[in-house]
Amino acid sequence: MGFELSTGGVNAFLRELARTGRVVAPVRFEGGGAFTGTDCVRYAEVTDIENVVFDEKSRFSFRELLLPPSQTLFYFTEDSITEPTPETRDTIIFLRSCDLHAVKRLDEICRGGANPDYYYEQRRKNVKFVLMGCKKAFDSCFCVDMGTNISDNYDLSIEPDGDGWHLDCKNAEWEPLLRAQGGTETPVTPAHVTETKTRVSIPDDLDFSVAKSKLWDEYDKRCIACGRCNFSCPTCTCFSMQDLFYQDNPKTGERRRVLASCMVDGFSDMAGGVVYRKNHGARMRYKVLHKVYDFKKRSGFHMCVGCGRCDDVCPEYISFSHIVNRLGDAMKEVSEHAE
Amino acid sequence: MPNNDYIPIRSEIREIIRHTAHEWTFRMTWADALSVKPSQFFEISLPKYGESPISVSGIAPGLLDFTIRKIGHVTNELFNYKEGDTLYIRGPYGNGFDLERYKGKELVIVAGGTGVSPVRGVIEYFADHMDETCGIQVIAGFRDANEILFRTDFAKWRQVMDITMTLDTGEPTEEYGIGLVTKYIPDLKIHDPATAEAIIAGPPAMIKFAAKALAETGFPEEHMWVDESRRMCCGLGKCGHCRVNDTYICADGPVFNYTTVKQLSD
Repeated sequence: MGFELSTGGVNAFLRELARTGRVVAPVRFEGGGAFTGTDCVRYAEVTDIENVVFDEKSRFSFRELLLPPSQTLFYFTEDSITEPTPETRDTIIFLRSCDLHAVKRLDEICRGGANPDYYYEQRRKNVKFVLMGCKKAFDSCFCVDMGTNISDNYDLSIEPDGDGWHLDCKNAEWEPLLRAQGGTETPVTPAHVTETKTRVSIPDDLDFSVAKSKLWDEYDKRCIACGRCNFSCPTCTCFSMQDLFYQDNPKTGERRRVLASCMVDGFSDMAGGVVYRKNHGARMRYKVLHKVYDFKKRSGFHMCVGCGRCDDVCPEYISFSHIVNRLGDAMKEVSEHAE
Repeated sequence: MPNNDYIPIRSEIREIIRHTAHEWTFRMTWADALSVKPSQFFEISLPKYGESPISVSGIAPGLLDFTIRKIGHVTNELFNYKEGDTLYIRGPYGNGFDLERYKGKELVIVAGGTGVSPVRGVIEYFADHMDETCGIQVIAGFRDANEILFRTDFAKWRQVMDITMTLDTGEPTEEYGIGLVTKYIPDLKIHDPATAEAIIAGPPAMIKFAAKALAETGFPEEHMWVDESRRMCCGLGKCGHCRVNDTYICADGPVFNYTTVKQLSD
């Protein structure tokens, strides 16, 4: 059901939701950017729709709400193990279409397989999604080519329209709330982009032989293995275990899982010194092929959703979309070499 | 809600068998031990130090063996533990060796160093059930005489099956020869390579060359089974560290057919 609502109406609606849940959206942190005088747009709780940033892409994705960068799994106290009290409130997440498609990837990884993830499920079951319509793509976006530009599995869509807001509600429980705030019914189709400045094309004949291409060697030096691409990616889910004990009482502590990056040193290290993918280029290949090849082989759809955040955050200005576009030539190179 | 697979369970160290200065077998309590397969693994969990994936090297009612090399953060600490101490473990993870596959067939086992641990359960089973195999030949390699694991087991197994032990360096004795495991592969007496099965476990280079040598004797790659290892933080196919291409070593393996292993490219 589509609605037109004033800013005051939307805020009253958000306050209603906040009575039983937390509303989380991209928010501007002034001066919080990587460089002096720059801002950072990232996720935080909001009460007013005016604080939600629509005209800029968030640097980090919503993913940290489902898979926090650092999450306590349990506490050790002498002979006992105690789970932390789970968040039971609803989490209402504002996100764009590409990110809503990323949820499908996270679900596939964390809910799928023989061992669905307990801590992911704990958060995931209480999440509702508010789609932020995109009228225009940002420079590094390539959602159209990844097929993630349109979403319909949202609870609510929202986008500014003049002084007011256009919303499409699919959550039957929320409809009366919107009406109560003075929402007038009107047909609404969430905005979505149909073209992007950045384009990608994944070669049909892509296979693992592309690992032999010289393409990757270039990234041995250019990539500094900082892992920013992984940490900003909405579909990266790797983690490491981390035990820590309290200084004041070494008999008590906790086990956490912390976000891990396949680009950073130590990711594959085994006790005894075996290391896979020592070169940064090999790590780049490992990451890129997972996003546009390996994951699809296992799951049937690509992992990358084309949000372009990895390109936005790379301190070396390495472009993931550019690498994807070079895979065609790289395949030609290795197949010619093979003949 | 799914189970919380991350919570480890208390287990008591019943016995410590010291093979070498830095390779000990910890015999641990585990209620449902008999449902565990050889080469399945557990996360050995030491609060404050973390977890380490260790394969099961022996299975008995209520008891599991873990043969562990003192080589990292967790295992260094583990070697301070004594019999009667308790720690935490969680598992079993991975597929393990499917004993049914090898029953009624000729079986070749090539193992190097701590690679003997995951196959020990297989050897042990057939040593007790020799009527269920059409012949079993084991080639086990160790670095030198100080590094030999499971000495008493090997002496026992030797009574019922064909055991070849070899050391990388040293002087040959009646018990063992000198040379790499691959040296002994051409001497294997396999009556029908088309139906025989092979198990290979050990360091990556040994696996590669052992498989090559077996193939040269006419052994089909489809009948070779390899025990792989990678860094495995969760054991559940979630943490991502052990992923190679589209394969998760912990959840899809660690036992793979060699035709699959050949395709894995880190």
